Amino acid sequence: MGRLNVELCGIPLDNPVIPASGTFGYGWEFHELYDLNILGTFSFKGTTREPRFGNPTPRIAEAPSGMLNAVGLQNPGVEKVIAEELPRLKTHFHKQVMANVSGFSVEEFAETCALLDKEPQVGWLEVNISCPNVHGGGMSFGTDPKAAAAVTKAVKKVTRKPVILKLSPNVMDITEIARAVESEGADGVSLINTLMGMRIDLKSRRPVLKNRTGGLSGPAVFPVALRMVWDVAGAVKIPVIGMGGVSTAEDVIEMMLAGATAVEVGAQNLRDPFAAKTIIEELPGVMDRLGIENLREIIGGAR
Amino acid sequence: MKQGIFTVLQNRPLTADVWEMRLGGDTDAITAPGQFVNITVPGLFLRRPISVCDCEEGELTLVYKVVGKGTDALSRLTEGEELDLLTGLGNGYDLMAAGENPLLLGGGVGVPPLYWLAKKLTNAGKQVSVVLGFNRREEVFCEEAFRALGAKVAVTTVDGSYGTRGFVTDALPRDYTSVYTCGPLPMLKAVYKATRGPAFFSFEERMGCGFGACMGCTQRTKEGYKRICKDGPVLRREEILWED
Repeated sequence: MGRLNVELCGIPLDNPVIPASGTFGYGWEFHELYDLNILGTFSFKGTTREPRFGNPTPRIAEAPSGMLNAVGLQNPGVEKVIAEELPRLKTHFHKQVMANVSGFSVEEFAETCALLDKEPQVGWLEVNISCPNVHGGGMSFGTDPKAAAAVTKAVKKVTRKPVILKLSPNVMDITEIARAVESEGADGVSLINTLMGMRIDLKSRRPVLKNRTGGLSGPAVFPVALRMVWDVAGAVKIPVIGMGGVSTAEDVIEMMLAGATAVEVGAQNLRDPFAAKTIIEELPGVMDRLGIENLREIIGGAR
Repeated sequence: MKQGIFTVLQNRPLTADVWEMRLGGDTDAITAPGQFVNITVPGLFLRRPISVCDCEEGELTLVYKVVGKGTDALSRLTEGEELDLLTGLGNGYDLMAAGENPLLLGGGVGVPPLYWLAKKLTNAGKQVSVVLGFNRREEVFCEEAFRALGAKVAVTTVDGSYGTRGFVTDALPRDYTSVYTCGPLPMLKAVYKATRGPAFFSFEERMGCGFGACMGCTQRTKEGYKRICKDGPVLRREEILWED
C-alpha cells in the first residue's frame, strides 16, 4: 500500500481526498481540466428522485473567508443521472463514485437509493440529511435523531453498498445524530454540511439571497467542522469523513488527526478548480515535513 | 478554460465609477466576444466574473464598474501587480448569424463586451450599427472607440443630457439583420420586445464558480435549465423564457 492509501467502509481509496457534493457536478467540468482518476473518489451532485430546478437566483453570496449558497439541490433526477451522467462519467473515471442522495420523505430517500444500488459504478451512498436550502425535507431529517434513524433504516434495507449519512452542523449535539444513524446500521458519517447563514445588501436593504438564507462554507467554517469531526469520531465506531473549509494538504492532515478516515473538499473547488489535484500532489511533501510515514497511521492521532 | 497569472499593464478610470484594465498573459483560451474571465480578488473568497472587452494575442482588456468590494479592490490594483484568472469562460456571441447589418445594443456596463464583437464584425466587413445607452452624459464611455472601428454609433441617455433622450430602444435603426445585446435585465426585456430576427442576449447572474460546477447561476429557458456561466452568458432569442 502507498503512503496515501486509506480504506473507506471496506473500499480502498488511493488517497483520502474526495471532492464534495455540490462543488463537482457529475465530474464533467473537472474532467476537462485534469484526470479525475487521481482522486480518491468524488461525491456527485446531490440527486433526488425527481428533477429539481432548486431555488430562485441570486443563490450565491460572498462571506468572510467563505461563501453562502442556496442552490437548493438542482439536479436532473435520479433516472437521468443513471441514464446519462453515469455512462458519461464511465468514459473518463474508472473508480467507483460516491452517490450523494437527498429527498423529501423517507420513502423517497429509499427509492432513489434503491435505483442507485443497482449501479456498479456507485461505491458508496452518501445520504444527505442536512441540506439547509430546501423546504419540507433536507435538513429536517438531519436535525432530529428519530428522523435521521428512520432514513438510515429505510436506506439500509434497499442497498448492500456502504451507507454514509451526511450530517448537519445546525444542531445542538451532532454526536446524538451520529449515534442515532450508527444504531440503525449506518456504515459511516460525513460532516459537516454547510452552516445556515445570511447576508443583507446594504444598498437595497434586502437579503442578498432570494431564498434569504443559505449554507456557509469555505475556510471560515474549518475550525467548527474540525471540532465536530473530533466529537463525532469520539462518539461512534464507524468511519468519519471530515469536511468543511478544507483547502490545503495541511487541512487534510488536521482533519485526519481529529479522527477523519477520509476528507472532502468543497467550496475550494469553486474558487480554485485545481484545488483537489493540488492538495493530492502536495500531500507527500507535507507528510515528509511532518514526519508522517503514511496517512493511515495518523487517523485520530491527536486524540 | 485555462487558469493563468496575468500582469496588470494599465488600470485607469473612464468615468467616475467605470474602469479599464489592460492585462498581459496567456489569452489562448479566449475564443469569442461575450466570454468572460473570473478573477481572484485579494481578500475575497469568490472570484469576480468580468466580461472581455477586447482581446489580442497575450493582451486582455476589461472594462468594469465599481459596484462592490470586489470591483473596488480591482480598481485599486496598479501596474505590475499580478492576478489569477480563469479565462475562456462562457459561450460568447455567435458571429455566424450576424448577416450584413448587425445591430449592437449596450446598456451601461453592458457596453464593454460589445466592443470586441464590433471589432470582429467590422473586420469581417459587416456594416455595424451600435446604440449605447447610459443614464446621463457623465456616464458615457467607449463611444469614440466604437466610432474608430467604423461602426455607426448612436448614444442615448435617460435624462437627455447627451444624444437621444430615452433608452437604446428609442434609437433603433430601421434596418438590421441581427441583434446582439448586453445590459441590465429591464433593457434586455425591452430589446426583446422592440426588435426582430436573430438576436443574442448576454445575461448577468451571481456566480459561484464561473465554470459550470456549482449550479449557482442557473436560469430556466425554453430549452431547459441553463447555467449562465457555462451554457451562457449569451442566450438566443428562441430559448429565452422571461420570468416574473
